[in-house]
Order: sequence, then C-alpha cells, then structure tokens
Amino acid sequence: MTDVVWLIPALPLAGFLVLLVAGRRLGEPGAGWLATAACGGSFLATLVVYAGLLGEEEHSRSSVTTLFEWMPVGDLQVDVGFLADPLSIAMALFITGVGTLIHLYSIGYMHGDADFPKFFVYLNLFVFSMLLLVLGSNLLVTFVGWEGVGLCSYLLISFWFTDEANASAGKKAFVTNRVGDWGFLLAIFLAFATLGTVDYGELAAGAGELAGVTATAIALLLFLGATGKSAQIPLYIWLPDAMAGPTPVSALIHAATMVTGGVFLMTRVNPILAAGYDWAPDVIAWVGVVTAFVAATIAVAQNDIKKVLAYSTISQLGYMFLAVGVGAYVAAVFHMITHAFFKALLFLGSGSVIHGMGGEQDMRRMGGLRKVMPVTAATFIVGWLAIAGVPPFSGFFSKDEILLYAWGSGGAQGRALWAIGLVTALLTAYYMSRQVFMVFFGEPRWDEPVAASAGAAAADGGEAGDGTAGEAGHAEVRPHESPWQMTVPLVVLAVLSAVGEVINLPFTDDLHFLERWLHPVVGANEAHIDVATGTKWALAVGAAVLALVGILVAAAVYLRRRVRAVEPSVLAHAWYYDEAITRFAGGPGTRFFEAVAWFDAHVVDGAVNGVAALVRTGGRRLRAVQSGFVRSYALGISAGVVVLLGYFIARLYV
Amino acid sequence: MIPGLLASQNAGHSAPGFDVLTALVLVPAVGALLVVLVPRARAELLRGVAVLAAAATGALALWLLAAFEVGEAGYQFETNREWISDFGIAWHVGVDGISLFLVVLTALLFPIAILGATPAHDPKPYYAWLLLLEAGCLGVFVALDLFMFFVMFEIVLVPMYFLIGGWGYGNRVYAALKFFLFTMFGSIFMLVGIVATAFLHRDAVEDANRAERQEILAELEGEEPTPAEEARIAELEADVPLTFDVVEIAESRTIVDDSESANPVDWSAARWLFLAFAIAFAVKVPLFPVHTWLPDAHTEAPTAGSVILAGVLLKLGTYGLLRFGLYLFPDAANFFAPTLVTLGVIGIIYGAIVAAMQRDLKRLVAYSSVAHLGFIVLGTFAITSQGLQGGLLQNINHGLSTGALFLLVGMISDRRHTREIAALRGLQKVAPVFAAVFTVVMLSSIGLPGLNGFVGEFLVLVGSFLTRRWWAVVAAAGVILAALYLLWAYQRVFHGEVDEDNRGFAELTWREGAVLAPLLALIVFLGVYPKPVLERMQPAVDRLIEHVEGNSDFVSPEVGRRGEQPADEDDAGGAEAADAGADEHAEAGK
Repeated sequence: MTDVVWLIPALPLAGFLVLLVAGRRLGEPGAGWLATAACGGSFLATLVVYAGLLGEEEHSRSSVTTLFEWMPVGDLQVDVGFLADPLSIAMALFITGVGTLIHLYSIGYMHGDADFPKFFVYLNLFVFSMLLLVLGSNLLVTFVGWEGVGLCSYLLISFWFTDEANASAGKKAFVTNRVGDWGFLLAIFLAFATLGTVDYGELAAGAGELAGVTATAIALLLFLGATGKSAQIPLYIWLPDAMAGPTPVSALIHAATMVTGGVFLMTRVNPILAAGYDWAPDVIAWVGVVTAFVAATIAVAQNDIKKVLAYSTISQLGYMFLAVGVGAYVAAVFHMITHAFFKALLFLGSGSVIHGMGGEQDMRRMGGLRKVMPVTAATFIVGWLAIAGVPPFSGFFSKDEILLYAWGSGGAQGRALWAIGLVTALLTAYYMSRQVFMVFFGEPRWDEPVAASAGAAAADGGEAGDGTAGEAGHAEVRPHESPWQMTVPLVVLAVLSAVGEVINLPFTDDLHFLERWLHPVVGANEAHIDVATGTKWALAVGAAVLALVGILVAAAVYLRRRVRAVEPSVLAHAWYYDEAITRFAGGPGTRFFEAVAWFDAHVVDGAVNGVAALVRTGGRRLRAVQSGFVRSYALGISAGVVVLLGYFIARLYV
Repeated sequence: MIPGLLASQNAGHSAPGFDVLTALVLVPAVGALLVVLVPRARAELLRGVAVLAAAATGALALWLLAAFEVGEAGYQFETNREWISDFGIAWHVGVDGISLFLVVLTALLFPIAILGATPAHDPKPYYAWLLLLEAGCLGVFVALDLFMFFVMFEIVLVPMYFLIGGWGYGNRVYAALKFFLFTMFGSIFMLVGIVATAFLHRDAVEDANRAERQEILAELEGEEPTPAEEARIAELEADVPLTFDVVEIAESRTIVDDSESANPVDWSAARWLFLAFAIAFAVKVPLFPVHTWLPDAHTEAPTAGSVILAGVLLKLGTYGLLRFGLYLFPDAANFFAPTLVTLGVIGIIYGAIVAAMQRDLKRLVAYSSVAHLGFIVLGTFAITSQGLQGGLLQNINHGLSTGALFLLVGMISDRRHTREIAALRGLQKVAPVFAAVFTVVMLSSIGLPGLNGFVGEFLVLVGSFLTRRWWAVVAAAGVILAALYLLWAYQRVFHGEVDEDNRGFAELTWREGAVLAPLLALIVFLGVYPKPVLERMQPAVDRLIEHVEGNSDFVSPEVGRRGEQPADEDDAGGAEAADAGADEHAEAGK
C-alpha cells in the first residue's frame, strides 16, 4: 500500500491546479471546500500508506517510489522520488491532519475576503510543497519543498499586499530564509562532492565513511538552513513579522508545519550528524536552548496577541533543536507533533479572538472574553495548559522528555542545558498565562484607548497592530463567537492537545509507541540516557511545579494585580536585535550598495566615457590640421622637409 | 591528411534531403529581403511577412530539434561547402548538443519578440533589421568555420545598432553607439586572432609535413621509395591550403600551449590567441568590467530589441567562450579559467548589488543579466559535466525568463509611459493576472526550484563546486541577492495601495498572454522535466571535457571520494577538486 505515496502530494497539487484555473468561478465558499477536500484526501492517502507501513516488518518500513529522473547529469543523479518511512509518514500525518482542520477553519475566517479563492490556491500549494519537503527521497526534492513552502509563506504573509508592512514582512521572510538556503545548497554540494549522491538512503549508508570534518560541515550547513526555516538564532527575525499574514497562515505555516521543517531535516540526516565531530550536536543544542530562552523572555513583554505566540513558537522550536542536539530525536518529533496540536490551536484561537474583536490584536484592549466567546476560551485554555507544561496535557510530556534527555546528556553541559530549558519552561508558563489572563479574564477593555495602559504602546513591535482582516476600528467593538467552521477545528485540536501525549507516554516501555515507530530511522543514533527512575520522577514533578509557579505569578500580576508587571522595554523591543539589523541594512548596508552602484556609474562607466571623450578631444585638435588652406599644407610640408633633412644630415655625421 | 578531419566526419546522422541549417540562416534573410520589397504603406502586410518568416524559421528549428539524434556527441546536419575557396573559407555548418538549444531558443524568441511588441514608427526597416538580425544570430550558432563565424558575429551588430538607434527610447543614440563601439573593440582582437589562428595552423601543419617527409627520406637512406611512399611524399610536399575550419583546427591540436613559464613574454601562441577571442566574447557576455554598454543598450532599446539582446545576443559571448575558447584552445582556456571564473563571480555579486540600486525597472532587469551571465561563465569554466550543462541550460533559461521580463517591462512602459519604479505602485490590485505572470517569471529568475532557473543555477553551482569550490561558495550567495533585488522591485511596483496614476493600468490582454504563454510553459516545463534537454547536451559536453582533458593539464574531479585525499594528485586542475581531501589532511595531522 506504500506505493500510493505519490497520491499524498498529488491531491493538494491537483487542488492547487484546479483552483488556479477555476478558483474564481468556484468562488466562496466552493473554492475553500475543494481545497479542504484535497487536503483531507491527502490525509486519507497518508493513513493508507501508514497502514501499509504498519503491516511491514519494522526493518522494511521504508520504500522509495521514483516518479521520474529529474537531473541526470554525469555523476549526478537526481530523481523525483518519494520516501515513505516512519519519519516522513509521521510528519505527513500531522501536516495533512492539522492542515485539513486549518483549511476548514479558513473557510470561516476568510469569509468575505475579496481574494477568498486565491487564499486557498496558496494554501493547497503550501500543503503540496510541505509534503514534498518531508516525503522527498533526496536532499534536492526536500529542497524543492523547502523553497516551495518559503514561497507560499512569502505569498501568504503579503496576502493583504496593499499594506506596505505586510509586503515588507513577506519579502523579509523570503530573503532571510534565502540566507539559510545558502547553507542548505552548500551542504548539498558538499554531500555530492564527497559521497557522490544526494539520496537519503545512500547518504545514510555512506555517512559512516565520511571524514569527521566533512560530516560536520554538511551537518552544520544544513543546520544553517534550518535556523532560517525554523526561525532560530541568528535568523529568527522574520517570524515575528510573518504574523502579518492571515491568522490561519500563522497557525499552519508559521507554527505547526513549515517552521518544523528544519527540525525534520536535522532528524532526517541524523546519520551525517552522528558522523561529525562531537561538538557539532552541541552547537545545535546550544543554539536551540539559547533561542528558546531568549524568545521566551521577549514573549513576556509583547502586547500583540499574535506576537506572543510567534515568539513562543520560536522558543518551542528551540526546544526541538535542543532535543536534536542531545540526540533525543524521538523527543524532538514528539514535541513537534504536540506543538503542532497546541500551537495551531492557540493561533486559531487567537484568530477567533481577532475575528470576534473585529481585527483587534492588542491584548490590552481585550479582557473578559471568556464570557462572550466560550468555545474559543475553553479550547484556548486547553492549549495554554498544554504549552505551559501542566500535566496531564500533551506539552508537559513532550517537553519533559526533552529536558530529561538534556539532563541525561551528562556533564556540566547537560546540567546547564537542562537548567536553561527549565527556566524557559517557567517563562513559558508565565507569558502564556499572562496572555490568557489579559485576553479572556479580567474586565473587558474593548473600548479603552490603548495609550492609557502603557506609554510604550507606539514603540512596541512597530507594526504590531496592523495586518489582519482590516484595521481595528476604535469605535464600537462587539465581540462574538465564531462560526462552526472555526470552532470545530478548535475543539478537535483541543482534544488532541489534551491527549496527544498518548503516542509516547513515558510510564512503561510498551507505551513508547512513537519511539518504536521511529526506531528504524533514528534508532541507531538516538542517545541512550542512564537516569534513575527516581530522578526521572523528581525532574518531572519539579517541572510541573515550576509550571504552576509560572501560572501563579502571572495570576498575581495580571489577574489579581497584586504585583506590578515587569515588562522592560528591552524585552518589548526584542533585545533590539531585529532593530539593529534593520538599522544596519538601512544604514551602512544600503550605503555600501549605493557606493557600488556609484562606482559602476562613475568609475567603470566613467572610464569608458573618459576614453571616448579623450578620443573626441584628440580628434577635434587634429581636425585643425585639415584646414583646407594650401598655404598651411605647404608650410607643413616645408617644416617636414626641414626636419627630415636635419635628421639625415645628423645621421651622416654621427 | 590530418587525422582531426576524420572527427568532423563522424556526424553519422543521415543527411536530410535538404540542408536544414543553411535554410535556417537563409529563411530569415530572405524574409528580410521580402520585407524590403513590400511597399512602405502596407504596414499590416509588412508585419505579416515578418511574422511568417520568423514563424517558418521557428518551425524549421522545431523540426531540427525533433530530428536531432539523442546520444550523439558529434555534429549533426553538417554541411561543408566551399565558399571563398582562395582563402580556404568554407560555409561549414553543423549543430551538436551544445549549439542545438541555442538555435532553438533563437528561432523561438524572434517570433515572440516580433509578436510581442510593435514599432512606434517605420515598420519596414524595423522588421527587415530584425529578420537580418535573426539570420546573423542563427549563423553564429551553426557556423563551424572561423571566418563564417566572424562574418555572422559582425552582421549581428549592424541591425542591432539601427534597432537601438532608430526605435529606442530617450538616450538611444548614445546607447547604440556605445554598444557598437564596445563590440567592435572586442571584434578587432578576434579578427586578428582568427587570421593568426588560421596561419599558425597552416605553418604548424607545414612543419609537421616537412618533418615527416624528412623522416621518410631518412628511413629510405637513398633507396627507391615504394609507390605508396612516393605518393605520401608528394602529398607532404604539396602546398598546405589555408583553412578556417573550427573542427579541423581544434581536433588537430596544432596550436598548443607548451609554455611552462608564467612570464607573459614566453607565452606561446595559444594563450595570446585565446585572449584575443576571450576579449571579444567578454565584451559580448558581458563580463565585469566591460559590461557598461549593456545597461544602456538594454534600457534604451525597443522592447523587441531588449528581448533579443538579452535572450540571444549575450549568448553569442558565452557560446563563443565555449566553442572558440574551451574547444579551440583547451590548454590556454584551462590556464585562464581561474581569471574568467573570478570575473564571472564578481559579475554575479556586483551585478546583483548594482541591480538592487536601480531606479529604472528596465535597467534593473538589465543588470540582473550581468549576474545571470556570470553564472554561465562560472559553469563553463568549471569544466565539469554539471557546470557546462548547467551553463548551457542557463543560457536557455536566461533567454526565456529575461526575455519574458523585458516583454513585461515593455508592457508596463507602454501603459504608463514610464519605467521609473517610484512612479509605479500597487499594480497587483488593478492587474492581478499581469502580476501573477510577472511573479512566475520573477521566480524563475530568482531560481526557485520547480522552475527552470533553479535547474541551471544548481547545476552550475554543483559543477563548479567540484573544481572551483570557493568561487561556488561565493556565487551561491548571489542566490540571496537575486531574491533581494527582484522581490524588492516587485514590492515597490506591484504591492502597496494603488494610487491615482496607476489606477488605470490595464490588465493583461489575451494577445499579450498568448505571446507570453509559450515562455511560461517552458519556464515550468524545463524546471520540472529538464531531462530532454540534458540528455541531448550530455554527449557533446562529455566529449568536450574529454577534449580538454586530453589536451591540457586539466583533470576531471572525482566525485564521491568521501573526502579522502588521493596520494598522487598534485597538478593544477585537480588541486581545487582535492580541497575536500585537503581538509582531511588537517584532521589526519591531529
């Protein structure tokens, strides 16, 4: 049954093509339903392939379906082929599953938008690209998907392109990602130059023979690509801006699926990472944990409902890279899946809030919404508990798994990674509680002007307020619950967020479904930790307690108003990192570009025109000789005769 | 007589009933003549004749493509006729996998350029010049005789000069003159090079003949020669005819570079000759720093002129570097390859940076050509299968995407009477289909996987990574810059709120769509399934690489060495390739 794997990307592709041609005719909501059906069909196809793989023996759960030769050039053989194995199918399941829910949600969210069909054209193209990314049987097909999702991200961020800020955000996302893609490309070149192949199967087989330096270089170049796509330090700056896109896009692309592409990639190439130097994974772990921490600190001081979630996503992705770095691939994928559930839920919930608030995104103008938006509030609260790490919700288990492996990786480094991860967990519980309390609890502040609550309003996040389905009118806001197309996905995702941990419960080995499932792909390089059961319990309980502490502190600050909020402007300004880059690009960067352009126009071309001018002037001078007066010619001839005579006479005597 | 001659006869392809390559050159030339004969007043008829002639040429090219035998390395459809026999100049034409697609691209772009834009005035000379231009371009790509090549190369200049000067925009006279003088400057070197090549080749053959005759006589030691030997001696004593035949000169390897010294005075003839050719082609490509004619010529030319200039004329340079650089003087080419590759990479980065700062949309596209052509030169002088094929493919890709971009910019300019980026705004709101088409073409130019540009760029980079690692690393950064300048331009022109001036911007018409459709189809097709093109190029490219390897120090890199350093690799060509291994050395030393 695995040979129908091509059907998984083919259905969204078909949806894309049909909508491209007939989208306008289908209109609203037909186009949306068609796109949802295409994505849903893809989900069913994935289930079929999944069942097929389940039926196989564990070691033979991997099959490559080659469609056609793409670039056969000399030694380079690149096919368009799909690899159906536990990792790719696990990815495909949650991509198409969550994707279908978000498609459905979008039918409600995008209601009334003039470009309703176009939205679904892009959405199906995105799902197709994302599936290429995870199903590709070689680095290059993955790269096609990688760039494809980047393109869709660009198109969807700048979906409401009449606003310059949205257009800029889209461009920023694309260009920043291209910096990462540079690393990805170089990794492909290096893999081909040294192993003569870009095929995953052959790479895994040959990785062991790679020299350490080469394997390290390939792995870290791929990781550079991953820091772009998965928004890690130093390339994370595009993701907060990407919130300019419609909220379903943020949920699907910028939380659940695309941004996990980097984690997927590193998991996929785990044999290469294992063949590199020991410090290569450490680099990944440190980048991950530092990103997780820094992003969490920024999230503490954001007032835009989506910006909080954006930084939270960066932070959670940091956890996944921490997991990859300490060799906990299963935990990385586990957290990727639970995160897809609860973060998609939170984004869709925030979308529902924004929808209900008529486009308002500033949390300072919300409050008390649980009364008017009960479904949204209830589901959002489930998502909040999941991400905050409150047992028994899914996020607790997946995050705990990562922290456990960090602890277990041993040495001072392991403790340090664990400690930073733990502090981040505390911050996560705190900022998410802050968000929930500001939005759903307390007194309604729907009609209050923002300026009253903080002076930093204008400065905070720059483009914070703009970007959704229309500017928030400061007039009358009448929050309301969203239509069923939006609430049904919320409920489904809430259930998944609550019980998603069942795919890999830690209590007994029998419950490690995900670990067993992924074993053929990552088993060989998965870290084995030796931590006593008692310590495990202590760590888990400690993490849970810390989550509660975070929630309680936030409650004291934002619910009871007992403590003044600490929202330093350095955090509101995201450590000034993005602003510094923007300033550099706008200042010295632009000046350098201008200098090069000036050099071209004045020095290079100037030399050309200079030569031309020289010839022209010279010609003009010489023209004077051709005066047409016989007497001046005669003079010239006589002068010449004299000179020649003088010359010959001189020669006679010298 | 000369063993190399045999090589040129291996075109085993059954000769078609008629000489299709000569027909390809003659059909547009005759079309030009017909246009001249049509009365000036009959504008529609003029256009009809021009379209017909271009379409007929296109049909011939498609037939050529269909009849071209896959897997054949040599020249096909070859014809060798005496032309100016006193000087050994022949009408020698043929195509192989290297020139085939350039011929097809040329024959495809001309009808599109003619249909895609109408002249503002004087249609008669306009169409006549365009068709003559087509004849010249096709002549360049099929010529296998140095002299014929030169004639065609120069013929191209004249119509383009008049097209820019006669139908161009504001600063057209300056641009046309600059274009003409720049190219002439290069051509002079090439003319000297061509004549010198032919004479040096003859001298070398004469020397070889004399030596062989001496040898035979010495062996005889006064004895009576056999009739066979006698015939051979007579043959060797006969006058050696002058020849300009590219294949003969290249394959006989009479002009070789045997200089060991780096002192320029000691350079042997091949290096000087290579330089003479390379200067002419470098101007045409154009390579940094002789590129400044390009932005002016592209910007001031009428739309059809820009399309052809970018789509076809620049390829005369890259094709020339390949056929008359690498093929004719492999050793010298290998010697100068680092220089050319460096200039190419400078072009990639520099062109992109300058493009980003342009205020005129057309000028921006023009500068993007500098960057794109840099990739082609990089791939060509990587001298790997991937690099060369990527470069050749990139020739086609650039012709399609930049050709389409110039058409689109021309449409914008026709509608708005300005190309200033600052004057354009929010066009996506009023012309979504136009914007969508522009987006696809732009993405092709950026090198988005799935579209044609990526395949070419990727192959160039992966191919050059094998032999010119650090150049490839820098060049790959050009991928970032391309996204930067094109997306920025797109944002300024198409995004944002549409203002009063741009509100009336008309949507893409069906006629315009029909002109662009074949380009779009090819952009997608070549991105998804480039194999039909690649498999036709492969044998010719492999043969060229073998030719270079056999006649120079160049050693093809070995792929898949897992980073181990082979012990005996110390020559110049392999040194770059061994970098992968060099890293290990350091490691082993630990």
